[in-house]
Amino acid sequence: MSKIGLIIEREYKTRVLKKSFILLTLLTPVLLVALILVPLWLSTIKADTKQHIVVIDKSGLYESALKSNDLYTFEFTNRPIDTIRNNVQETSELTGILYISGNLATDTAQVILYSDKQAKMETVSYLSGLLDKYVEDQKIAAYNIPNLREMVENSRTDIKITTVKWDEDGKEQESSAELALIIGMLSAFVIYMFILIYGGQVMSGVIQEKTNRIVEVIVASVKPFELMMGKIVGIALVGLTQMLLWVVLTVGLSTILGGSLFAPSDMGELQNMAAMSAGQSMPPMSDNMAAEIYGMLSGYDFIQLLVMFVLYFLGGYLLYASLFAAVGSAVESETDTNQFSLPLSIPIIFALYAAIYSAQNPDGPLAFWCSLIPFTSPIVMLVRIPFGVPVWQLILSFTILVLSFAGTTWMAGKIYRTGILMYGKKNSWKEIWKWLTYQAK
Amino acid sequence: MLQINHVSKQYAGHKALDDVSLHVPAHSIYGLLGPNGAGKTTLIRIINTITGPDSGEVLLNGKRITPEDALHIGYLPEERGLYKKMKVGEQALFLARLKGMGKDDALKALKFWFEKFEIQSWWNKKVEELSKGMAQKVQFITTVLHEPELLILDEPFSGFDPVNAELVKKEILALREKGTTIILSTHNMASVEELCENISLINQSHIVLQGNVEKIRTAHSTNTFLLRTHDTLAESCLADCNVAITPQAGRNKLQEYIIGKPASMTNNELLSRLLGICTITSFEEILPTMNEIFIKTVSK
Repeated sequence: MSKIGLIIEREYKTRVLKKSFILLTLLTPVLLVALILVPLWLSTIKADTKQHIVVIDKSGLYESALKSNDLYTFEFTNRPIDTIRNNVQETSELTGILYISGNLATDTAQVILYSDKQAKMETVSYLSGLLDKYVEDQKIAAYNIPNLREMVENSRTDIKITTVKWDEDGKEQESSAELALIIGMLSAFVIYMFILIYGGQVMSGVIQEKTNRIVEVIVASVKPFELMMGKIVGIALVGLTQMLLWVVLTVGLSTILGGSLFAPSDMGELQNMAAMSAGQSMPPMSDNMAAEIYGMLSGYDFIQLLVMFVLYFLGGYLLYASLFAAVGSAVESETDTNQFSLPLSIPIIFALYAAIYSAQNPDGPLAFWCSLIPFTSPIVMLVRIPFGVPVWQLILSFTILVLSFAGTTWMAGKIYRTGILMYGKKNSWKEIWKWLTYQAK
Repeated sequence: MLQINHVSKQYAGHKALDDVSLHVPAHSIYGLLGPNGAGKTTLIRIINTITGPDSGEVLLNGKRITPEDALHIGYLPEERGLYKKMKVGEQALFLARLKGMGKDDALKALKFWFEKFEIQSWWNKKVEELSKGMAQKVQFITTVLHEPELLILDEPFSGFDPVNAELVKKEILALREKGTTIILSTHNMASVEELCENISLINQSHIVLQGNVEKIRTAHSTNTFLLRTHDTLAESCLADCNVAITPQAGRNKLQEYIIGKPASMTNNELLSRLLGICTITSFEEILPTMNEIFIKTVSK
């Protein structure tokens, strides 16, 4: 095995076998899945608690509208509200008092729900749903027109706009702007995090080697450039490993858990619950909805997306990692890094902001230029890709990125070579410029 | 074996080495001396091909040195360390393989050295659990493990207790017996006198003193002798030929005198004069120590 291979192996092994890496890699998907599944799961449990509601109906019209079922029991009474209120405080089983003061067909605001706790959104929307339906039926019946019911049903419309993207061959692809936005922002954000985190790891790795004083032993056996590249590549592999494990574990876990937690029959109920708790008068999700989402998802070439993601991640990481390595070599300890690492973090953070704005206008001038400039392109381009980017722009942007990381790596190598062997000196930008321009034989 | 011809090296702003030439004969221990900041580390880095000289050349066995030659060099830097979080054995193996050893060879050699230094139990310890002296032992092993032709030791004894310093000294001598050429850079002048055949003293990027240790000491002779006798000498008894006699506190009833002679007088002439006036028990020249020569040369 060549020496650079040994260095990559050491960097990779020591990092991947670290307890913190293993924990983070295994726990993150668990947390992620839990974050999605637990609220859904909780919402199914919630439905089990029975609600007891006392109804005071002054109009006397709605007894047939409010029928007890598995979840709600309605008790009609004519007692004065104050006496019941005292009872409410004694018997905690009582959810609340529904006070109907008049004919709802003439004034819809004549219903009050009293309770000693804030009434649940779910309860309120259930009750208003029942009364809505009842009053609506009453009204329709009052017109005395046969088949009016069906006519009203037929006149209900729900307009959905399908967005279709033309791909390069002029083929149509069903797409969704929201979905493109989510996919784009997610991948841009992941790249942003990985560049910052793993770039930082390269920097602190270099600083450690320097402060440990092991670097002199190693550069007596390998070229400083090999040491630097070995470290950068090793850490990149750690990053890719983590990413791969996250994807595999998250998909695997959510498939297994999602499948066992929610049997298909529960799904419909689950969707109703979700719709209700959102307080929207959304029609129940049709079974086609899932198929629609699936259709939209399959409209994206995920292989292409993944390949671009890995390419831009590597390009962006290599560009910044070599610079981070150079910074690490120039300082004496981790506390001194600020003055040098700030000029590196600023473009990365700027890129994230540019990405957020580009997402709103993926073909605007900001998005265009920032996806060509190598310091921002790895993050900004990822936002644009799901919206569709002309091939020439992709090629141009990636070529610029590759050329730039070759340039920064070469430059960083020069700084690194001098920097790692300079002990006990605080270096200035001026000093680093000297190292850069110094011609060694 | 190692020949350095007219090497100069300039760092941004200052000259680290100026026209330095030296020759290290094979199978010997060569002392590289000099005050801090004189340019020793730069010279060592040039020999290790960590940096290149601006001008001049370094020849190893008559050929210009290349980075591949680094495989046959063992280097123990003054500023040395190990990866703190790595296990001792793993780390030693890594460093050995960087020097081009195969995994099996490296493991075999490591086993041998760990047994020799009786540190087998450290194999699975993390470096941060070791004391400084213990870490130094591991570093020494990783330096010599690949049986280098040329060994460069920069302050090899620092951090060791006397017992372990002696152990390391013994190993250094044993390596020389086996044919290793050793460059020893140290501020410990006693060990220079004890170990080195030849030295170069670098001061302010120039070589200011070079040659065989004994010859240098003789050349720096201050014409001072220690005389032991049972007789009592008057301080002025040899005043006619400018010989100064200074009595020292005697031991075991012997009288001790420091005798200073003029440079023009030979040792034998002095001895024959002394034979005339006392019975000599012992008579020896006091050569200046390397320490004295170092201070004198550097502060000149």
